Amino acid sequence: MPTRSVFSLRDVTKVYRMGEVDVHALRGISLEVTAGEFLVFLGPSGSGKSTLLNIIGGLDTPTAGHVNYLEKDLTEAGEAALTDYRRHHVGFVFQFYNLIPSLTARENVALVTDIVANPMRPEEALDLVGLTPRLDHFPSQLSGGEQQRVAIARAIAKRPDVLLCDEPTGALDLATGVVVLDAIDRVNRELKTTTAVITHNSAVADMADRVFSMADGHIVQEKRNARRMAASELQW
Amino acid sequence: MRSQAIAIALVLACGVAMYVAYFSTFDSLQSTRAAYYADNRFADLFAGCKRAPRSLIDRIRAIDGVAQANVRVVVDVTADLPGVTEPMTARLISMRFPREPVLNDIFLRRGREPDPARPDEVLVSESFAKGRHLDLGDRVGAVINGHHRDLQIVGIALSPEYVYALRSGDLLPDPTRVGMFWMEERALGAAYNMEGGFNDVAIRLAPGASEQDVAAALDRLLEPYGSFGTVPQRLQTSSWFLNNELRNLQTAGVYVPSIFLLVAAFLLNVSLNRMVAIQREQIAALKAVGYTNLELGLHYAGFSLIISVAGAVAAVGIGKWLGVGMVEMYNRIFNFPTLVHHVSPVFVVRALGIGAVAGLAGALTAVRHVVNLAPAEAMRPPAPERYRQTLVERLGLQRHLSPALRMILRNTASQPIRTSLAVLGVSLAVAILVIGLFFIDAIEGLLHIQFDVTQRQDVTLAFTEPVSANATYALERLPGVTQIEASRIVPVEIRHGYIWRRAAVSGLEPNPELNRVVGASLDPIALAPDGVVLSQTLGDVLGVRTGDVVELRVLEGTRPIRQVTVQRLVDDYMGANAYMTLDALHKLMREAGSLSGAYLRIDPALEAALYRELKTTPMVAGVLLKRAMVQSFKDTIMQNMMTMIVINVIFACLIAYGVVYNASRIILSERGRDLASLRVLGFTRREVSGILLGELAVIVVAALPVGMLIGQSLSALLTWAMSSELYRFPLIITGRTRLFAVLVVLIAATISGLIVRRRVDHLDLVAVLKVRE
Repeated sequence: MPTRSVFSLRDVTKVYRMGEVDVHALRGISLEVTAGEFLVFLGPSGSGKSTLLNIIGGLDTPTAGHVNYLEKDLTEAGEAALTDYRRHHVGFVFQFYNLIPSLTARENVALVTDIVANPMRPEEALDLVGLTPRLDHFPSQLSGGEQQRVAIARAIAKRPDVLLCDEPTGALDLATGVVVLDAIDRVNRELKTTTAVITHNSAVADMADRVFSMADGHIVQEKRNARRMAASELQW
Repeated sequence: MRSQAIAIALVLACGVAMYVAYFSTFDSLQSTRAAYYADNRFADLFAGCKRAPRSLIDRIRAIDGVAQANVRVVVDVTADLPGVTEPMTARLISMRFPREPVLNDIFLRRGREPDPARPDEVLVSESFAKGRHLDLGDRVGAVINGHHRDLQIVGIALSPEYVYALRSGDLLPDPTRVGMFWMEERALGAAYNMEGGFNDVAIRLAPGASEQDVAAALDRLLEPYGSFGTVPQRLQTSSWFLNNELRNLQTAGVYVPSIFLLVAAFLLNVSLNRMVAIQREQIAALKAVGYTNLELGLHYAGFSLIISVAGAVAAVGIGKWLGVGMVEMYNRIFNFPTLVHHVSPVFVVRALGIGAVAGLAGALTAVRHVVNLAPAEAMRPPAPERYRQTLVERLGLQRHLSPALRMILRNTASQPIRTSLAVLGVSLAVAILVIGLFFIDAIEGLLHIQFDVTQRQDVTLAFTEPVSANATYALERLPGVTQIEASRIVPVEIRHGYIWRRAAVSGLEPNPELNRVVGASLDPIALAPDGVVLSQTLGDVLGVRTGDVVELRVLEGTRPIRQVTVQRLVDDYMGANAYMTLDALHKLMREAGSLSGAYLRIDPALEAALYRELKTTPMVAGVLLKRAMVQSFKDTIMQNMMTMIVINVIFACLIAYGVVYNASRIILSERGRDLASLRVLGFTRREVSGILLGELAVIVVAALPVGMLIGQSLSALLTWAMSSELYRFPLIITGRTRLFAVLVVLIAATISGLIVRRRVDHLDLVAVLKVRE
C-alpha cells in the first residue's frame, strides 16, 4: 500500500455569493490522500463534491483553509501557477467529455501531449482505453462512451499525478459506463495514478480504496473498502 | 451582447449621421439659395452682345413672356494692387445708384453705395475683398480702356450671379485673382465708350413663359449687335456650379450612408442570428409554455429596434455637428449673404425612420429563425458540428500543423457560410476605408491628369480680341518665355437635333505639346485635319457618336453656322470640351490665321518680370497661371474636401472597428466552450488566446483581398454616380490607400483581439464543464 501523501486538505471552506444569498458549498473539509489511491466521492447534487474536485484540480480556490499538493500550497498559488499545476500534474475527465469537436481522437490527445514533457504517444494512450480502431474519428463520429474514453486517454496521456473524474458516466448508459469505469480503473492500477471520481451512483463506490459520502458541504462518512471490485463486477 | 450592441449602434449611427449631415446641408444650401435668388431677383435668362443701343431695351421688354428686363455694361479688365505682381482680373459691372429693384441685385454687406457724382467709387465683391484683405477706403488700380484708373472701395457687396465666382477658363474660383466691382452706370459707360449702350442683358420670365421662345426672340433682337447668345439660369456659370454641387451632395447623401447602413444591418443580422442560436433552448422553452411566434418575434425585432433607434438618436446630434462643419466649408467656397446650417424636423424623423428600417432589416432573418424554430426540436441540443480535414491537410501538409493550427483551419473551413459572412463583414470594413480614401486618390489623379498630362503650359493667355498669327513673335520677345503654342478659341453653340450646349472650340496645333488632348489612357491624341473632337461627356449630353454631324453656331465675328463631323469622342476628365486643329478652325471661320490666345511655358526665374510685362500688354485680356490654379485648388477645394474625407475615414475606421470587434466576439461566443476546456487542460491564457486570435487572423487575412475588390467596385460606382458635365473622377486607387485600409483593419483587429483576449482571461472554467454543448 502506498504511503506518500499527495494531497492534504485542512478546514477547506467555500462560500459562493449567489445573488443575495451566501451558499456554503464546503464547510471545513479536511482529508489526506496518498499516492496511487482510488477515491470515490458520493453525494446528491449540491453536496459540494464538484466544488471539492475543482479545488483539488486547481480550477477554483477555497474561501478559507488550505490545500496542499505535495509541498505546494495551492491556496497561495496565482493564476499562472494553477495553470501550470493543471498542465503538468492533473488529468481531468468530465461528464460532458469536453472534447474539441474540430479535432480527431488522436489530435485531441495530441493537443495535451504537445504541451508537456515526457508524455505517452497519443496512439498509446488511446490503445490503453481500447480506441485504436477509432484514432482518426472526429467526436461527432464517436459514441458517447467512445468520446469519454478519448477524454480519459487525453487526461492520462500526460502521465498525470492525479486523475480527477467528475461524473464520468453521468451521460452514459450502463454498458458504456462500465467500459469507461474499467478504463479509469486500469489507469489507476497500471499507471499508479492517484484517482478521484465523483458520482451520485453509489455502485461505483465498490471500485474505490476509500469512499467519502458528502452532504451539505460536509464529509458525513468515510469508508475504506477491504477489496476493490472490478468495473465489470459492479451491480446497479 | 452589450458591447456588441454598442458596436452595432455605432456603425449604424455613422450611416445615419452621414445622412443627416449630407441632407441637412443640402437642405440648408438649397433653401438659402432659393431665398437669395428670390430676394435679389436672380434672372432667368442671361445674354451678352458686343454693344447694343439702350433704346433696344423697350423692344426686349416687349418680348412675349418677359416680366422684367435690365441692361448693363460688364467688362473684364486687368486689376492692379500694390505689391501684387501676378495679373488679376477685375470684372466691372455697371449699376445705377441709388439702387433700383433691378435683376441680379447686390447684397450690400458693409459700407455705402457709390456716390453717383463720384465716378471712382466702387463696391467690391466680398470674396475678393477677403482674398486680398481690402477694406472700405482702400484703392484698387484698373486698366480701363488702356488707361490706368484708381478706384476707391466704398462698400462690400455680394451678388447671386457670383455665389461661385469663377473666371472664364479657370477650373475653380480663386478669390485672390478675380474681383467683381460695381460702378455707377454713367462712370463705366463713359470709361468704355458705352454711354447710351449696353452689352449685357438680364431677363425675368413671366409665369408660364417659354424659356426657349424668349431666348430665341432675344437672340434675334441682339443678333445685329454681336450677340453672344442667351443662357438660361441653370447654365449660368455660378448657378451651374452650385447646381452641380447640390447634386453631388445629394448623390453622396444617398450612396455613402447607404453603404454604411448596409454594413450596420449586416452586422445586426449576424449578431442577432448568433443570439438566436445561443438562446434556442430558451426560445423553445418559451414556446413550449405558450408564448406565440408573434411575441417572440417582436422581442427580437424590438431588441434590434432599440439598438438601431438609439444609434439613430445619437446620430442626429453627430449629423447636426457635421452639418455645421460642412456648411462652414461651403461658406468658404460659396458667397452667400448668410448661410447657416439647420436641421429641419423632417430630417430628424427620416433619420429615425432610416435607423429603424435598417434595424428591422437586420433583424429579419433572425426573427424568421425564431418563428420557424420547432419547440421539441429546439429543446434538444443542436446536432454536433461535422468536421473534416481541410484541403491543406489532404494535400499532405498536416504533419506541419499543430493541433491548435488544425483547430483554426477546420473551424473556418467547416462552416463555410459563417466564415464567409465574417469575411464579408470585415471586407466591407476594408471596402469602406478604400472608398473613403479613394476620393483623395481621385482628386490627386484629376490634378495630375489636368495639369501634368493635359495642360502642360505654365501660363494661358487670352487676347482681348482675335489677332494675327504674327502676334506670337511679340510673345517670343517677352521675358522668360521658353515655348509658345498658339490657340484660337471660338465660343459656339453646339447643336445636335434639339439639344444644344454652349462650349468653346479650342483650335490647337495638330500635335500640341503644351495644351494636349488626352483620353482615358492618358496618351495624347493627334487631331485629324478636319472634324471636331468632343469630350465624351459633351457627346453624351448631345447624344452624338463618332461620325455624327453636329451644328456649330459660332457666337462671334460673322457668326457662321457650320455642319461639322464628330471625328472622335475623347474620354477626358474635366469640362465639356471641343477641339479642332487650328487650320480646320480657321477654315471653319473663313479667317486667315487669327489667334485668340496662347499657351506659354516659362522660366520660373523670370516669372515676375513676365507678369509685369503682361500687365501692361494691351492685347492681353486674361492671364491664367497654372501654379496659381493648382495652389488655389489645394488651398480651397482640396482642404475642404479633405474635411469631408477625414470625416469619411474616421467613420470608416469606426465601422472597421465595429465589424472586426463583432466578428471576434462571435468567434469567442462560438469557441468559448472549447477555449475554456483547453484552459482546464492546462493551456495558458496566451496559448488559448492564440487559437482565438488565429481564427480572427484567418478571417481578416481572407477579407483583405475581398475588401479591396468590393472597395474598387464601390469606388467605380461612386465615380459613375458623381460624374457630371463638369468633371469625372478617374478610378485610381493607390497603393497608399490600400496600405492604409489594410493597416486600419489590422489595428482594429488587434484592438478587438486584445479586448476579446481579456474576456478569454476571465472565462468561467467551472461553468463550462457543467454544460452539455
